[in-house]
Amino acid sequence: MSKVIKLKKGLNIPLQGKAEKELIEPGLSKNFAVRPDDFFGIRPKMMVRADDQVKAGTPLFFDKYNPDVFFTSPVSGKILAVNRGERRKILEVVIRRDEEMAYEEFAKSDPLKLSREEIAGRLLQAGLWPLIKQRPYGIIPKPGSKPRSIFVSGFDTAPLAPDYSFIMQETNAAEFQAGINVLGRLTDGKVHLNVSADSPVPGIYANTSGVQLNYFSGPHPAGNPGVQIHYLDPIHKNGQVWHIGPQDLLVIGRLFLNGKVDFSRIVALTGSEVLKPRYYRTMMGASVDNLLKENTREGNLRYISGNVLTGNRIPYNGFIGFFDSQITVIPEGAHHRFLGWADPGFDRFSASRAFLSSLRPGRKYALDTNYNGGPRAYVITGEYERVLPMDIIPQQLIKSIMVEDIDKMENLGIYEVIEEDLALCEYVCTSKTEVQSILRGGIELMIRETS
Amino acid sequence: MKLLRKKLDKIKPHFQKGGRFEKLHSTFEAFETFLFVPDTVTARGAHIRDSIDLKRTMIIVVVAMIPPLLFGMWNTGYQHFLAFGIEAGFWETFLYGFFRILPIIIVSYVSGLTVEFIFAEIRGHEVNEGFLVTGMLIPIIIPIAVPLWMVSVATVFAVIIGKEAFGGTGMNILNPALTARAFLFFAYPIYLSGDDAYVDGLMNGEGVIDGFSGATPLANAAQGNIDAIPSSLEMFIGTIPGSISETSVVAILIGAGILWITGVGSMRIMASVTAGGLVMGLLLNIFAVNPLMEIPAWEHLIMGGFAFGAVYMATDPVTASQTSTGKYIYGFLIGFLAILIRVLNPAFPEGMMLAILFMNVFAPLIDHNIIQANIRRRIKRAGASEVSNK
Repeated sequence: MSKVIKLKKGLNIPLQGKAEKELIEPGLSKNFAVRPDDFFGIRPKMMVRADDQVKAGTPLFFDKYNPDVFFTSPVSGKILAVNRGERRKILEVVIRRDEEMAYEEFAKSDPLKLSREEIAGRLLQAGLWPLIKQRPYGIIPKPGSKPRSIFVSGFDTAPLAPDYSFIMQETNAAEFQAGINVLGRLTDGKVHLNVSADSPVPGIYANTSGVQLNYFSGPHPAGNPGVQIHYLDPIHKNGQVWHIGPQDLLVIGRLFLNGKVDFSRIVALTGSEVLKPRYYRTMMGASVDNLLKENTREGNLRYISGNVLTGNRIPYNGFIGFFDSQITVIPEGAHHRFLGWADPGFDRFSASRAFLSSLRPGRKYALDTNYNGGPRAYVITGEYERVLPMDIIPQQLIKSIMVEDIDKMENLGIYEVIEEDLALCEYVCTSKTEVQSILRGGIELMIRETS
Repeated sequence: MKLLRKKLDKIKPHFQKGGRFEKLHSTFEAFETFLFVPDTVTARGAHIRDSIDLKRTMIIVVVAMIPPLLFGMWNTGYQHFLAFGIEAGFWETFLYGFFRILPIIIVSYVSGLTVEFIFAEIRGHEVNEGFLVTGMLIPIIIPIAVPLWMVSVATVFAVIIGKEAFGGTGMNILNPALTARAFLFFAYPIYLSGDDAYVDGLMNGEGVIDGFSGATPLANAAQGNIDAIPSSLEMFIGTIPGSISETSVVAILIGAGILWITGVGSMRIMASVTAGGLVMGLLLNIFAVNPLMEIPAWEHLIMGGFAFGAVYMATDPVTASQTSTGKYIYGFLIGFLAILIRVLNPAFPEGMMLAILFMNVFAPLIDHNIIQANIRRRIKRAGASEVSNK
């Protein structure tokens, strides 16, 4: 049974620099890195050291809390460095790629003929288990646990997000189907494949078997798994639901089809400061310098792995995040504006109607990283609700986290949201409240107090 | 601009930690951010932020208050010259009111901001823009006869007891401007409810032409002088005695339009206050036993401070209900209670101020119930989905 779920609330921020539908194959960059910070809530324990030789699929580190969960190298090469920060926290494991790629050998087999334990074991061993995220909390699921259902959001509504109807044309249907089959073995419930009702459904999605196809229509965050779970299989205190991205599913499919760990993916290079915003075939963890070289405007720029709402800030020669299919480059905003409150604002985008730019709908903007104000106590009410299509009262949830009232946090919906779901609330906030980090603090508190 | 920016950057270090004027940090910050939007960039979370900030929001509210303020200036002169039988042109009339009201605004801002700055320095945080609106509201919701020292005392009282005692803007329970007015109302009742307070010069009593009454329509109505109530058109345009800016429904509607178009003021609240007032007015009409109860329901909407309260006071987001559904209930009850107090309580000719303050106190209770309903609904839904998956 398929249904169309129409969402009205939300916001599409009209940014300049959407990627044009052209796939470029720039070849792989020299350096790669795996960053433990891409995975929330793990405690990495190193298994390799500098100068070790690794292959694609060789474990680099594991999670001390869940020693079965390995994180593996995307390429074969030499460990250049294990960069550490304060208190010897591991920031990134940098690998220099060999000219010739060597792979760890894994068994090829049809997932439909394997037991649940065998499948989980292979994913763990190959370092692909961390591609799966668990709700509540958006963490890596415990290896023994079982989800009520698994969600694959087949589209992305974030600002300048890649168009999956284009990406999926360039990928292999057998890999996707194999990935779906793996998911089908991991849950007794349904595998939901959610697609956009506002754009054509990619053929790969329509021809996939073993899934329930659901249609969503509406502005961002309609493409977020959290929102989709909220409508199709809402979670509360008990039970968990998993989700995984479409390109991550391809990686899993390749493991079972080819017996190799292959983290290749197509990444959209976007943002107002990119000269040629296009799609690039590259790989998780790859350095972005070969994509950005002679491809950005002059000036002080912000490089982001991911989208402008939830992505991570990276340096010019930084690395593509584990879960990211998008690189965004926008201008930094370290400048003063004279009498900003009196500016009529013809060219200042705002989700509110307090600027004259609201008379010019359809215009695209090159927004910068300026805060556009200073932090204040909450004064305005009702603005978060307009950008969150969930039956959750966001401002009250954030307030309950601020006062660390666990009962209220539970009841007001902390199990149903992670940072990306409330990122728009942070964007629109008049009082410039750091919604995402407050929410993450609340989730950390929940994990500490309830486990 | 560049020159100014350079100057600011030069003196800035003195106001930062370890500088000579470290204690005046918040004051400097307030003036600097008034002139320039800060150059801080996002460090975590979303990399871009909306253009809106609290300064912008508050300035829009102030702009929305300008039409009733300007009309109030003209009307102050008009009522004064009417009372003394003096012929005066438009500009003479307007300027008379302008020079009467300007000192009140200055006193309100200076005394209120002084308190705000002191508290910001003590607490070590930024000066909140909320007082930009409060400081403008206080002078225009009081009668013209209120002396300047009373304005100052009431403002200081409102900022300290009404706001800072709770932790500053955003934390207060009562609308600060109405707190100031309520303070005056109970401390100096003769200036807030006497018939002579609403027209400038009447308090002295000399030279007033025979037969002129400065009584407001509501005072007349409360005393049963229904015949003395001005025509609906006069009340709509606002050429009647009353608190400085409350009289002109036309000017208030222009302000309401600004708040509505910019989305700064809650239409939910404005509409539901009006609905609540109408419903109560109709109920009173049905059970009318005296002339006051017979006043048509719609006429209540253009009398007294009803329109002004609905547009500028009830919509204060901090003291109103915070949930969307709660806003409807909150607004409806304000309108409902305002007319109830106005008509059935002989001690108070106008009920808007008390109705809003009363509902300010009850807004958290409304929100609590809305939130509990949300919690119950969410638990029920999650339970249902678990069953269907088994």
